[in-house]
Amino acid sequence: MKRFSLLLASAAALIAAPLAAQTTAITGGKVVIGDGSAPIEGGTVLIRNDRVVAAGANVAIPADARRVDASGKWVTPGIFAGFSRIGLVEVGAVSQTNDMNASGSPFSAALDVQYAINPFASAVAVNRAAGVTRAVVSPSTSDSIFGGFGAIADLGQDEDPITRARAFQFVELGETGHRRAGGSRSASHIHFRALLDEARTYARNPSAFDSDLLKASDAKALLPVINGNTKLLVHVESANDILKVLDLRKDFPALKMVLVGANEGWRVADHIAAAGVPVLASALADLPYGFEDLAATQSNIGRMKDAGVKVAIGMINDRDAHQLRYSVQYAGNLVALNRVPRATGLSWDEAFAAISSGPAEIMDMGGQLGSLKPGRQADVVIWTGDPLELSTQVEKVIIDGVDQSLSNRQMRLRDRYADPAPGALPKAYDR
Amino acid sequence: MKFRALLALVAGGSLLAGCTANAADTKSASTTPPVKSSKPAKVAFPSTYRAYPSAPTAITGVTIYDGEGGRIERGTVFMAGGKISLIGGPDTAIPADATIVDGTGKYVTPGIIDVHSHLGDYPTPSVSAHDDGNEATSPVTPEVWAEHSVWPQDPGFSRAMANGGITALQILPGSANLFGGRSVTLKNVPSRTVQGMKFPGAPYGMKMACGENPKRVYGSRNRMPSTRMGNLALNRQTWIDAQDYREKRNAGKSQKRDLGKETLAGVLDGDILVHNHCYRADELAQIIDMSKEFGYKVTAFHHAVESYKIADMLAEEGICSAVWADWWGFKMEAYDAIPENAALLQKAGACVIIHSDDENQIQRLNQEAAKALADGRAMGIEISDAQAIRWITLNPAKAMGIDEMTGSLKPGKMADLVLWNGNPLSVYARPEKVWIDGALMFDSGDPGRRPVSDFELGQPGEGDVK
Repeated sequence: MKRFSLLLASAAALIAAPLAAQTTAITGGKVVIGDGSAPIEGGTVLIRNDRVVAAGANVAIPADARRVDASGKWVTPGIFAGFSRIGLVEVGAVSQTNDMNASGSPFSAALDVQYAINPFASAVAVNRAAGVTRAVVSPSTSDSIFGGFGAIADLGQDEDPITRARAFQFVELGETGHRRAGGSRSASHIHFRALLDEARTYARNPSAFDSDLLKASDAKALLPVINGNTKLLVHVESANDILKVLDLRKDFPALKMVLVGANEGWRVADHIAAAGVPVLASALADLPYGFEDLAATQSNIGRMKDAGVKVAIGMINDRDAHQLRYSVQYAGNLVALNRVPRATGLSWDEAFAAISSGPAEIMDMGGQLGSLKPGRQADVVIWTGDPLELSTQVEKVIIDGVDQSLSNRQMRLRDRYADPAPGALPKAYDR
Repeated sequence: MKFRALLALVAGGSLLAGCTANAADTKSASTTPPVKSSKPAKVAFPSTYRAYPSAPTAITGVTIYDGEGGRIERGTVFMAGGKISLIGGPDTAIPADATIVDGTGKYVTPGIIDVHSHLGDYPTPSVSAHDDGNEATSPVTPEVWAEHSVWPQDPGFSRAMANGGITALQILPGSANLFGGRSVTLKNVPSRTVQGMKFPGAPYGMKMACGENPKRVYGSRNRMPSTRMGNLALNRQTWIDAQDYREKRNAGKSQKRDLGKETLAGVLDGDILVHNHCYRADELAQIIDMSKEFGYKVTAFHHAVESYKIADMLAEEGICSAVWADWWGFKMEAYDAIPENAALLQKAGACVIIHSDDENQIQRLNQEAAKALADGRAMGIEISDAQAIRWITLNPAKAMGIDEMTGSLKPGKMADLVLWNGNPLSVYARPEKVWIDGALMFDSGDPGRRPVSDFELGQPGEGDVK
């Protein structure tokens, strides 16, 4: 709902504001700030308009505040999906409703998901009802290693899902990149370097630009990647591919890279940490899906964290258009690892941060999103219990300070067929 | 993470069917019942599985889910000779020679069973050389057997044991074909050969598939079936031909052996269990009528995301629904999936199984059952924790025809069980120990009790906790 352009966001400026000031106090709950700190019993979350004013133990509640009693409940920031395709797909195998990539398009890096994200997609409503309020939304690739611009989006029920358009460029440089580039990592890396060189050529004289490799639109799209104004999300899994990607910064020192996936990240965690490159990692990948994933383990995130890597949970190619609600389950599983001998997990507080403030910070939006610290956008969820536990239900979702509907077509179907036998009229009349 | 469901979308869905099978699997030819004329004289590809050594062991002070819907607090499970010997409360007498495992604060369940897996026939690494799940050259291939595709070195078997407590599983052909072929039921015990994993005495299953996958795979090649009505026409004609084959066989008439029709006749004989991939409620009803037309029974509908719409019919027909907790939206026929599907089936008195069809979720069927349980409770359906455990133990065992041998903690059954370090319906619980036929096959505290496949030997991450 709330848009941040790059410049405006850095100034924490607002573009739109609600019509009238409204203050809400959520009281009595177990409050999770989302920044990795411990939960606060009997805390209060105070929201004014679209922002968090305060959250914690000793929050003064204005007399005119609307009060929401959360006694016995947990109150947390909304879940921030660290990597997704939410809003880009209605039905996966129905191509007309699937906007993840554009195999018939002549464009690549210039493609932009901001025009494709559908705030009214069923998956937005389903995952909103499960407490997911923000997401990194990425294109996938088709005929190039570059997929185009991704965005930060909210899952609110209003018509504007874009929090930040053109938040990053997406590129494949592992096994998928090998395939996209023509069948070799030699090709994907020369492809990457050559396209960025072409973009530099474009920058020197746009009107004279004429390239066999790159359209002017795509060259223009790559310029902010080269100068570091637009983040580059790089999907890569193997230890060797990670090292080679980190090496790209020698020739392109301004690149602001984020690794995505990184199933073998733990093997080269020291290198990743030294490079200061953050990771949006798959949480539970533990099989050699390909030869790039031979050392995959659920301990990957914990080990990278212990090595000093800034890491949060993403779910690339893992039902990432429909099941962002798995984020809490995945985080809970990382907590479970703490009681498995030889495994490395996350503490509960760290695990929750990995699906709230972690992705926000990695996307340089930690000052605006992802926690209940003062001044953050008011994305708040009230849960019946521990949000990472399987038995817990969502009771209330607030996005940008606005109470959200939790209804979706899955619930409507559920209610229609609570008793499967038709009544006096066919089921089609039962609404 | 890569997902088999995506692959299934491309290559064709995912259910299998079974084939004929009965206890003859482990018996010599001389002990098999009198064979009908065109049946093979010997059991082909017999199981060579043998239980590994076990010691009399008692788990004490533990919370027990018995797999049949029962729960015992501070209970004792005693196993000896590879079998469950005793199960009871705190006062259960334990033989003096038993190894004692203190289960205080922990939970025991029967070994978890997955009725729908492609481990081995779509193994990892997921390279095209390993795509052995769909004989997608004809929509009717009852003659193929999944066991001939299973690669026993699939690393997925070990993850299913260590993280999911899986002790038995059915490997199905894919769902590109209307008749996908025979399934095979395995003990989740590593072996050099598939025969060494075959569950002794398990009946065969036959995989069938309705809906989008067969018509897409073959329609795109401009051949039948390209429509749902084409699916059904080809199905029915195949059954008509199978009936003819079976009648001749029963009459003792001479005819050439036909592998496919042997499987189909086995279904009509009631020896082979039908596992039918089918999503939509209207199609489930069509398949039920087809089974009645030809006199066979569907044992389980797999991926039946719309079962909740006809839960009453499925209860009446006695057909299980093997479902995911919450998958949806990946294709048109999965559009109406809801997370309350399992609970609504349970409420209607129908048989519920939570299955995986996935090398990842097979590692946490307990969690998937827990989610389905929670979603049911949220709409006011009362289901016990112990009942949800039944969805991943005794119910799949029944659908696989092995419930007399495993699937619950009853004296005399195989000692296939899991000791969890917490409530398996919690996200925070993991298997601590897994016994199969009384043999300790996994111990989270002992790296020597963790299987490592040949493929992973000498590779980065070999023997890691995973």
